[in-house]
Amino acid sequence: MENAKRGKVVSYNKWGYIFLIPFVVVYAVFQLIPLVSTFYNSLFENYRSGLMQVGPNFIGLKNYVTLFTNGDLLIYFKNTMIMWVLGFVPQITVSLLLGAWFSDPSLRLKFQRFFKTVIYMPNLIMASAFSMLFFTLFSDSGPINSILISGGLLTVPFKFMSNIWSVRGLVAFMNFVMWFGNTTILLMAGMMGIDPSLYEAAQVDGATASQIFFRITLPLLRPILLYVVITSLIGGLQMFDVPQILTNGTGNPVRSSMTLIMYLNKHLYSKNFGLGGALSVLLFIVTGILSLIVFRINTRTER
Amino acid sequence: MKKRTLSLILATALVAGSLMGCGGSSAASTSAASSEPAAEPAVEAQAEAEPSSVLNIYCWNEEFKTRVKDHYPGYEEVDATHGKIGDVEVAWNITPNENNAYQNNLDETLLGMENAEQNDRIDMFLIEADYALKYIGTDYAMPIADLGITEEDLANQYGYTKDVVTDGNGALKGISWQGCPGVMIYNREAAKEVFGSDAPEDIQAKFADWDAFVASAAELKAAGYQAVSSVNDTFRVYSNNVTSPWVVDGKINIDANIDKWVDDSKALVDAGYAGTHDLWSDDWSKGFYPEGKVFAYFGPAWLIDFCMAADTEGSIANAGGWAATEGPQGFNWGGTWICAAAGTDNADLIADIMKALCCNEEIMIDIVKQDNDFVNNKPAMEAMAADTSYGDAVLGGQNALAMFCAGADKIVMDQITTYDQGCNEEFQKAMRDYFEGKLDKDAAIAAFYKAVVEKYPELTY
Repeated sequence: MENAKRGKVVSYNKWGYIFLIPFVVVYAVFQLIPLVSTFYNSLFENYRSGLMQVGPNFIGLKNYVTLFTNGDLLIYFKNTMIMWVLGFVPQITVSLLLGAWFSDPSLRLKFQRFFKTVIYMPNLIMASAFSMLFFTLFSDSGPINSILISGGLLTVPFKFMSNIWSVRGLVAFMNFVMWFGNTTILLMAGMMGIDPSLYEAAQVDGATASQIFFRITLPLLRPILLYVVITSLIGGLQMFDVPQILTNGTGNPVRSSMTLIMYLNKHLYSKNFGLGGALSVLLFIVTGILSLIVFRINTRTER
Repeated sequence: MKKRTLSLILATALVAGSLMGCGGSSAASTSAASSEPAAEPAVEAQAEAEPSSVLNIYCWNEEFKTRVKDHYPGYEEVDATHGKIGDVEVAWNITPNENNAYQNNLDETLLGMENAEQNDRIDMFLIEADYALKYIGTDYAMPIADLGITEEDLANQYGYTKDVVTDGNGALKGISWQGCPGVMIYNREAAKEVFGSDAPEDIQAKFADWDAFVASAAELKAAGYQAVSSVNDTFRVYSNNVTSPWVVDGKINIDANIDKWVDDSKALVDAGYAGTHDLWSDDWSKGFYPEGKVFAYFGPAWLIDFCMAADTEGSIANAGGWAATEGPQGFNWGGTWICAAAGTDNADLIADIMKALCCNEEIMIDIVKQDNDFVNNKPAMEAMAADTSYGDAVLGGQNALAMFCAGADKIVMDQITTYDQGCNEEFQKAMRDYFEGKLDKDAAIAAFYKAVVEKYPELTY
């Protein structure tokens, strides 16, 4: 009797698991297994010299010791962060402004759809193509220098690619242009989720536009803002294609625009999977910690 | 019940879809990777015994393909990457040199040769002097004696072209149709304007050694010209006249002459006589046009004919506005060698192509006349050097072969190592920071060491 009863209860649990299978399989094959094998590989001396394979020889944590003792890691981490901050500050500022304007019904902006499409456009261009374009535009004899000289602003071409801050600035600018549209869309979604009655109440109370923005929009936007910051930070840590193409893989001048992933890429010339693996593991740990911090903050606000 | 069936179907569809997605894409990529569709089954079955119907050639630009197309009898072009010689199909796998893509591709294919289908295997590949030893030192390149090419066939070739591709046991594993002695290629218009003459003898007197070079560069600067586009232009002139190799007993070594290049170049840059940009960049090649205001480039015959925008309207080369002179020092730059891959089943055809392009005097002279290359045949070149009817249009009809002949005789390539490519590239990159005043010399050299060890972890400094 009881058995029959149980049979009639439809258990939907297992369908949940079945639907999860594709994700788990894909995740395991393309993420989990590479992750574990990267760590495993980082314990070996394993590279190719010419066509000759050296290793794999087990050397324990020596790759990590090498990375930490030659001191470059911190420099490249610093470069990466500098370029990320340079790009992210204007990105978040412009996005907040645009988001506020787009989501403000009292402004009655025309052609909203058109503008939203246009600001998202740069993200559709391949980063490497975009970077190549800038490389050509800002080369010593490129169009930008020609314009500046014929406009009388310069007498000799400015060497954009030989100056630490112009290269970093260009990288940051490109990242900014490529990503502010995306951020605007995200922030706008967050702003539209804010109860309009709050705005109305504030207006009735005589709050100014800037007071409304700083006292109502920003605090209520915090979870979305944090999400934007962390995804951008992780993206920033993995910055590669833009500076790689712009500096032809060198990160010059003086490797001041060499990012962590570009450094990783340097080791792949000799198929140095040991050292490359160690670097990847470190990067994974840093990204993991950063994500955890944000996750913590996020869950606290929800409570 | 209905719901259950529906969800089951959906789940299967999802899983199947994702799996099929993987399968589909991998199948597609394999067929794309093997540049050739599998030959008809009949041939495949007896592939072991019969010569395969596909000759796979790996190279990095169109140069060799053009040579084969124009000069190898019996080659018919099918499309941009395929040709035909008799009943053998020729498949060109052309991967550009940028970021080492050519060698990466070649390495992976060579290392995977054992498991590859006969028709996918490399039959021929091309190499350059900078990394020749990387391949010559392995068993992947076949001794050309095994192809039936004898010492006698090679008697007319320049000695250094053989030295470069001789392995540790004395076996010759490659062959080249060209010699690459370099000259100083200067702008006739600029020469007339600044020095009052564009005759090679007069210009040679002005650039006879490095001191004269600097003095003349000052005159050029006063007239608004740069002596050379970039200091990297002169790098090969110095690096080819070294007395010690880049690596000695696993330790990176900077030759005194390389050091001299650094000091001389710093002086050139500081005085504003030359730029610091990379070779092959847009800034570098702007001097191919009159507005670029560059007086000279250093390079061998292939640079003159193949790289200086001779086909572009408005370029100096197009108008025949260059001329050649020996310059301060003789040197060698580049050169392409043909190797036969071990295990090829088209050995006879490869031997025939090698003999035709690299040993057949008639064909080689044709190459000179048609493409203004400098070919690897000493007597033929010396005869042509005296021939007043021959002239290179890019050089305004000048016959520069005598200069090349003299240069080729003097080339010594006894200091090459497997690490040359990485060292040459990284050295120029690292020194740029010094030239531009971003680092002092010692720091720039330290940066060079670091970059080389990243490329070759087994080296020390």
